[in-house]
Formats: sequence, structure tokens, C-alpha cells
Amino acid sequence: MNTSYSLGSMHLKNRVLVASGTFGYGNEAAPYTDVNALGGIVTKSVSWLPRQGNAPTRIAETPAGMLNSIGLANVGIDAFIADKLPFLRKLDTSIIVNIAASSTDEYIDILERLEDEDGIEAYEINVSCPNVKEGGLNFGTRCDMTETITRELRKRTKRTLIIKLTPNVTHIADFAKACEAEGADAVSLINTLVGMAVNIRTRRPVLSTITGGLSGPAIKPVALAKVFQVYSAVKIPIIGIGGITTWQDAIEFLLVGASAIQVGTASFRDPDAAVKIIHGMETFCREQGVEDIQELVGGLQIDAGVAAPGFVKAMEKEQA
Amino acid sequence: MSLINADLEVTSIAQVAEETYALRFHSPELAARLKPGQFMNILTSEAVEPLLRRPYSISRVEGEECEILFSLLGKGTHILAQKRVGDHIGVVGPLGNTFGYEKDFGTAIIVAGGIGVAPFPYLTAELQRREIPVITFLGARTTARVVRDGLTNLEVATDDGSEGHHGTVIACLDEYLSAHEIDRPMIFACGPNPMLKATQEYAREKQLPCELSLESEMACGIGICQGCPIEKHEGERKYSLVCTDGPCFDSNDIIFHEHHHA
Ligand SMILES: Cc1cc2nc3c(=O)[nH]c(=O)nc-3n(C[C@H](O)[C@H](O)[C@H](O)COP(=O)(O)OP(=O)(O)OC[C@H]3O[C@@H](n4cnc5c(N)ncnc54)[C@H](O)[C@@H]3O)c2cc1C
Ligand SMILES: Cc1cc2nc3c(=O)[nH]c(=O)nc-3n(C[C@H](O)[C@H](O)[C@H](O)COP(=O)(O)O)c2cc1C
Ligand code: FES
Repeated sequence: MNTSYSLGSMHLKNRVLVASGTFGYGNEAAPYTDVNALGGIVTKSVSWLPRQGNAPTRIAETPAGMLNSIGLANVGIDAFIADKLPFLRKLDTSIIVNIAASSTDEYIDILERLEDEDGIEAYEINVSCPNVKEGGLNFGTRCDMTETITRELRKRTKRTLIIKLTPNVTHIADFAKACEAEGADAVSLINTLVGMAVNIRTRRPVLSTITGGLSGPAIKPVALAKVFQVYSAVKIPIIGIGGITTWQDAIEFLLVGASAIQVGTASFRDPDAAVKIIHGMETFCREQGVEDIQELVGGLQIDAGVAAPGFVKAMEKEQA
Repeated sequence: MSLINADLEVTSIAQVAEETYALRFHSPELAARLKPGQFMNILTSEAVEPLLRRPYSISRVEGEECEILFSLLGKGTHILAQKRVGDHIGVVGPLGNTFGYEKDFGTAIIVAGGIGVAPFPYLTAELQRREIPVITFLGARTTARVVRDGLTNLEVATDDGSEGHHGTVIACLDEYLSAHEIDRPMIFACGPNPMLKATQEYAREKQLPCELSLESEMACGIGICQGCPIEKHEGERKYSLVCTDGPCFDSNDIIFHEHHHA
């Protein structure tokens, strides 16, 4: 059975990656799971300078989900290259470095800095963090800015370029189209949804930042619909993210059009979750007589009379 | 793999005080590795509700069995209290650092508030093995809530005066230390943040070495999510992670804020 997949210049040994911010720099989870079994590791967003992140409280559990307002706490590009990359480089899995910045120039500087380093197969560009004041979500909610960043970064790398989209917009497909037009190899979606929790005894918001990013099983239905919408709109591959906790979830994402998936919050519940998903998918494919997992991608059956593009248009209209 | 991520069998569960339980599970690997002050991240339910694991201090290690103490609070602890012998629970550990019980001091002063008593039976056992004298100050809402098992030289303070000293554990501690000559004391404290803050201030005032075992909301417990920061006076670095840099910290390093809930 074939589980491998090429995404631009990157070769993935399977379709299961771990999502940025939910697997650190690989070394933390290594004692608890076989990191070399993963298709790829997307590292925590790296910014030019180290970031302390937001004040506590930074996380809150919600029904079947969690809110976070980490605020891109990370070691910064210098320490990433000096302290984190050597470990990642040695692993037998694809390394995708996620980049976050507060200006187009900062994105460019970080990418150019990483271009000199080997052991990196791809970049995932975070234009969609809801938890930082400058930049952050601003880039990802303005189509022209997403376009500019994609264009400028494409000019500067032959490595696989993935743009990570936010669901916190009206027409996510427009953003995916802009990325495709500017030469992105793939889009990944979704980042977290803006959410909130309230402590009724203190009458205060639970998170220090008032609102935060919602992730986990609670967002899976939203993520599936977004992947489905984007699949109908672009030809470049989609990496599906959002609430994937079991192999069954992963198969759902492939059927609606994802070529690969990322496991996020589920790794907090179980550092071995992504590896279990890989094994579960393989068993399922064997049972179903699937010889190449590619068969499943976009394999969703829609009954006659319900034209997919029309359905998508109707969905978009409803949301507008 | 040197660390544990496994479903382990519950070997006993018993109520030890009002709304407070001791739960044991079998793990020779964990029993051999766990040190006083460390914790484990426990998945209370296979269902996605509650989604995240809950951190629990290790309260005792006996033979191949490890024990946690918990009191009923919310979703996770209510599910845990329903566990029966033979059930399995998902456990990740050992996590975090240890108490500095190997440091140079003469007498251990344990200060525990409510379920903050959890890590102390194990610390007490380790100190007794080293023949270090231990005096324990326990604060509880009421006498029905007091957990004594595994502790030694107890001084109890209750909010309602139903047992021992009527008032806070710090007042009780101060009274005791003023009246007795103690050989080079070192304080180890765990409990709600207002109590820890009071302990910090007391230790600073009396210039006693003091370690605090802190709590924070945690998602991963292994240093990945960056969700459990504590503010520290430590040069440029503002935040440390409670899960990997702690949960035990030198009391002088910690900055408490109003938003730290009780
Ligand atoms: C390192 C560490 C060690 C711990 N050791 C123990 C232990 O040995 N025994 C024990 O009983 N508990 C311990 N805790 C706390 C424990 O992890 C759970 O938070 C607690 O048992 C509540 O879980 P729950 O699902 O029942 O409550 P939830 O449904 O999660 O919450 C109920 C209420 O408690 C509040 N709450 C949730 N989490 C915390 C927290 N971490 N601190 C303070 N308030 C909180 C919530 O805001 C909510 O209002 C420890 C925490 C940490 C970080
Ligand atoms: C604690 C936490 C930290 C995150 N940090 C980042 C980050 O640094 N960069 C990023 O692009 N996405 C980040 N994300 C978003 C995830 O990568 C993912 O898109 C999102 O959580 C949805 O997937 P999930 O439901 O499987 O978790 C973070 C998510 C969480 C929960
Ligand atoms: S709980 Fe995730 S970093 Fe501490």
C-alpha cells in the first residue's frame, strides 16, 4: 500500500503531520512516541526575536475543546537554529518550519535566514494567529496581504511553501485562490477560531487576553466544511487541520479533499495520538482494499442533484 | 522509552477524608522512577469530555504501586472518583522536577493547604529514610477534610476551628516557630495560591529557605503547549513553565499576581 505523498519538493512518507504549536520542537514528545513514524513535524511558529507570550491564564478547557492565548511564545530564530534544528534535522521525518511575523519584511528575513540551513523541507506561513497584537490575524484576514506575503516568499525559496489560513474570515476560498495564484505549493487550514470563556464567580474572562483560539474536537465540523469549500475552489493540495483526534477523523478530512492532515490538540491528550492515527488509517485502507491513499482524497460522494460547487456557493452566501 | 505513556490498572481506590480520595495504580516502571514533588498527567475519560488530562502529584510509592490523592472539584475528579479496581487509566509521567529534599538543611517544615497535602506523604517518607526531622502544618476548611495518613508531627489549623488552631496555617506556623528552637529549617509548601503567597511572604520575612509546589492550567504537561507559565524574577526571562521547570520553585523566584486563582 502506498501512503507516501509529494508536496512540492517535499516528500512525505505518510499523510499525517503534527500541527504547529502542539508538538513543540519534537524533542519534548520524543520520549512518549515514535517521532520517526510521523509524516512530518510542523514546528512551533518561529519569529525573528524570542517572544515571552501572553500573561497567564493562557488556556481554558471548553466542551470538547480548548481555548489558548499563548501569544506565539517561542525561542526566536537564532535559538531555533542553534538549539532546536540540530535535533530535528536528525529525525527521519519531514521538517516543516512554521514562520510567524508582524511585517512582510520580517517574514522575508526569517525565511532567508532559514534558507541557509539544511534539514528543512518546507515552510508553513502562519498568517493567522489570533493571539498577537501586531500582525497576527491582520495578515490572514486581508486577502491582499496574504497575496503579498505569498508572492514575496515564493520569489525567495524553492522549498515547499505552505500558507496556513484562518477560518476567521467570510470567504476562506478567496484566500486559498490568492495563495494558489501567487505560487504557494499548498494551503493548510484551519488555524484556531476566535472564542471566549467566562468565570462566573470572578465575573472575569478566563483568559488574560479575553478572547483566544478555539481548537480540538469541537472545531472539527467547521474545519471539514472549510476544507470542502477550499477543495472546490483550488487545484493546489490542502492540508486539513482541526480537531483530528482519531484515524476516522483523518479519513473524513481526506474524503472532503485534504491531501494530508495535521494532528493538533489531540497530542496534548496523548503524545502518541498521531502515530495511532497513522496505524489506524493503514488498517482501514487494507480492510477497504485501498492501494493508494490518494484514492480517498476528495472521494466524497455527493448524491445526484446536489452539485458540489452550488452547495459551496450556497454555504458562502449563507455566511456572507 | 524511558518515560511512561500507558493505560495502567487501578489497584485500589478509597475515600480518605470528606470528598477526598486516594487512588492507586500498578506500574513498576513509574514506582522505580518517581521522586517526591513530581506529578503525572492522567486521562480521566476515554471520551473527549473532559478533553485534557489532569495533573496529579505523586502522593506515595509502595512496592510497584503509585498513589494519587484528589478531592472532588469538577468534571475530571468526579469521573476519577467513580473508578473501580481493575479499571484502566491513561497515565503520562513522571513529569516535572522534584522537591529539593537533598539540599542542606536540618529540619523540614511542611506547609499544606487543602488538597495541597497530596505530595507530602511521599516527601515525608523520603525525608524519614534520610533521618531528617519533619514537622507538618496542615490547613483545612474543617476537620472532616483533614488527610493525616503518611504525615508526621502534625499541627492542624482549620478555618472553622473544628480542630487544632482556629485560623490560617501560617498563623499556626508562626506560633510554633516562635515558641520552638528548630535546627536549620527549610519550608516545603503546596496549596492554594493565596496560602502560597502568604508562605512566601513569611519565609522572606524570617529569611527561611522555602520551596513552593505550584499549580497552573495545563494542556500537555510536557513543555509543548506553553500554556502553564509562571512569572519569575530571573534576568531577562520573564516566564517559566510550571510543567517542566517546576512544579517546585524556590519561593524567592516567584511573582504572584492577582489573576492567579485560589
Ligand atoms: C502540578 C500539579 C499537581 C496537582 N496535583 C493535584 C493533586 O495531587 N490532587 C488534586 O486533587 N489536584 C491536583 N492538581 C489539580 C488538578 O490537576 C485538577 O485541576 C483538579 O483535580 C480539578 O480537576 P477537575 O476536572 O475535577 O475540575 P475542572 O472541571 O477542571 O475544574 C473545576 C474548577 O476548578 C478550577 N480549576 C481547574 N484546574 C485547576 C487548577 N489546576 N488549579 C486550580 N483550580 C483549577 C476550574 O477553574 C473550575 O472552576 C494539580 C495540579 C497541578 C498543576
Ligand atoms: C496551544 C496551541 C498553540 C498553537 N500554536 C500555534 C502556532 O504557534 N502556530 C500556528 O500556526 N498554529 C498554532 N496553533 C494552531 C494549531 O496548529 C492548529 O491549527 C489548531 O489547533 C487546530 O487544530 P486542532 O483542533 O487539531 O488543535 C496552536 C494551537 C494550540 C492549541
Ligand atoms: S502544560 Fe503544556 S507547556 Fe506546560
